[in-house]
Amino acid sequence: MIFKNTKALELQMDSFLDKISESGLVFRRGVKNYLNNEFADFERHLEQIRGLEHEADELRKNIETRLYTKTLVPESRGDILALMETSDDVIDRATDTLSELSIERPRIPEEFIPGYLELAKSVVKSMEEMVKALRAFMRDPLNVRNYLHKVYHFEKESDRLAEDLKRNIFSSTELELSQKIHLRYFALHIDTIADRAEDVADRLAIYTIKRSI
Amino acid sequence: MLILLFLSSGLFLGWSLGANDASNIFGTAVGTKMVKFYTAAIVASIFVVLGAVVSGAGTTHTLGKLGAVNMIAGAFMVALAAAVTVFWMTKLSLPVSTSQAIVGAIVGWNLFAGKETDIHALTKIASTWVMSPILAAAFSLLFFIIFKKILEKWKIHIFRLDAYTRIGLIVVGAFGAYSLGANNIGNVMGVFVSVAPFANIDLFGFTFSGVEQLFLLGGLAIAVGIFTYSKRVMLTVGEGVVKLTPQSALIVVLSQSIVLFLFASKGLETWLLSHNLPAIPLVPVSSSQVVIGSVLGIGLAHGGRGIRFRVLGKIASGWITTPIIAAVISFISLFFLQNVFAQQVVKTAQHTEIEQPIQTEIIPHG
Repeated sequence: MIFKNTKALELQMDSFLDKISESGLVFRRGVKNYLNNEFADFERHLEQIRGLEHEADELRKNIETRLYTKTLVPESRGDILALMETSDDVIDRATDTLSELSIERPRIPEEFIPGYLELAKSVVKSMEEMVKALRAFMRDPLNVRNYLHKVYHFEKESDRLAEDLKRNIFSSTELELSQKIHLRYFALHIDTIADRAEDVADRLAIYTIKRSI
Repeated sequence: MLILLFLSSGLFLGWSLGANDASNIFGTAVGTKMVKFYTAAIVASIFVVLGAVVSGAGTTHTLGKLGAVNMIAGAFMVALAAAVTVFWMTKLSLPVSTSQAIVGAIVGWNLFAGKETDIHALTKIASTWVMSPILAAAFSLLFFIIFKKILEKWKIHIFRLDAYTRIGLIVVGAFGAYSLGANNIGNVMGVFVSVAPFANIDLFGFTFSGVEQLFLLGGLAIAVGIFTYSKRVMLTVGEGVVKLTPQSALIVVLSQSIVLFLFASKGLETWLLSHNLPAIPLVPVSSSQVVIGSVLGIGLAHGGRGIRFRVLGKIASGWITTPIIAAVISFISLFFLQNVFAQQVVKTAQHTEIEQPIQTEIIPHG
């Protein structure tokens, strides 16, 4: 009985992490669709990421309730809860960014498209490494560090790409200031996803030390 | 009825053992919410009684060799002196152990009765007090290394590890409670063994000896102590003094249980002797000091950081002060019981007059 419950909980946690990982891929495709003016596909991916966000939310609540009602992992449940909530922020950020693209429909000049694409790729890589670190925390705490440094690497890379993009946008002579601010806003929004992944990594770094026997 | 009155000091010792020492076994598990208090209390009570009745004879025999208290009033006072020592030293926040108090109280009775204390038995007992925490630290260090390697190799999911640890804490806790009962029942009931007037009872083809009945009573007193008072001690242990992860707690309880078992198991002693190996003396040791040794082992595994050597020094001083205080209290109170309350606390040797014809027969032979 006790192992049946444990197995179910393990599967739910794996599924939660799958949702985060999948939402990263969907986000990248969505951004690509938008930049290529494939709006039907873009909207489809927006719906898909909203679905993933909802499912991840449900899984998170379910796991948290079970951890507390069954008094499971009493030593680490607070840490697990915090990790799940901060990871949920990452999906929320990605969903909000696609949603704002859909609402505001910013016009992105041709020359900035590669910059946005690169930024989205780097941000998604930081998300993927974050998920690997979370999986390692669950099963193999010694390996967490190997992924954390990659999360930090891609977060820095995203900051650099976002800064380059913003500099290029503001050095343009053809755009209005309002348009520049609009474009900067999206560069900032995409970059924030990597910042949220870094928040998860910061927590993981501490919780992993606590998790050692 | 009078017998129960005389046994009351031993039963009180048992109650105090249950109240305090059960926390050494289940304290971290209950304090960290890994095991519910009632689960811990039920498991601990059942196994402590089993340990006492099935395997309690070994350590009791060693205490008997130190000094055979031969009147029930004397036994009452010896146990009471030990209980008072434990209570008083606990009040003063001094490290104290029932095992060390009872040994001191027995020596006090020997002094009062004018009987020689078996120095060989005394040194054997005292050396185990020093040995037991060291052995526990060594076991703990060894298990820590093994557990760490296993966890690194098997990559167990955090939820599954939690389930394994819970089961481990209950199973090892049951073994710990059994070992505690086996090792420490001698402290509680040992002095009454030769004076308690319990007759053997035959039940379904099994003989339930007088000594086993006495140990059952002692075991039940320990169980009452566990149910009535150990919860708050467990919560203090779990939350305050030493912060252990559930896995470290499991290692600590396992090491402690093994040490208590080693110093209590007659079966193991027989096996070692039959294989021409040196036997481990069967002596009641302090479970609190053994648990401190186990935690020290975990500290050493972490590189020795945060070990408070002053605490260890205080424990070592208790090895000397506790028996001395108990011996003095025992001696004085035996004097009062005999001279103020007119109770016979020492059985004096019976002299029978030899008849005249026999005297004439044996005197020429010297």
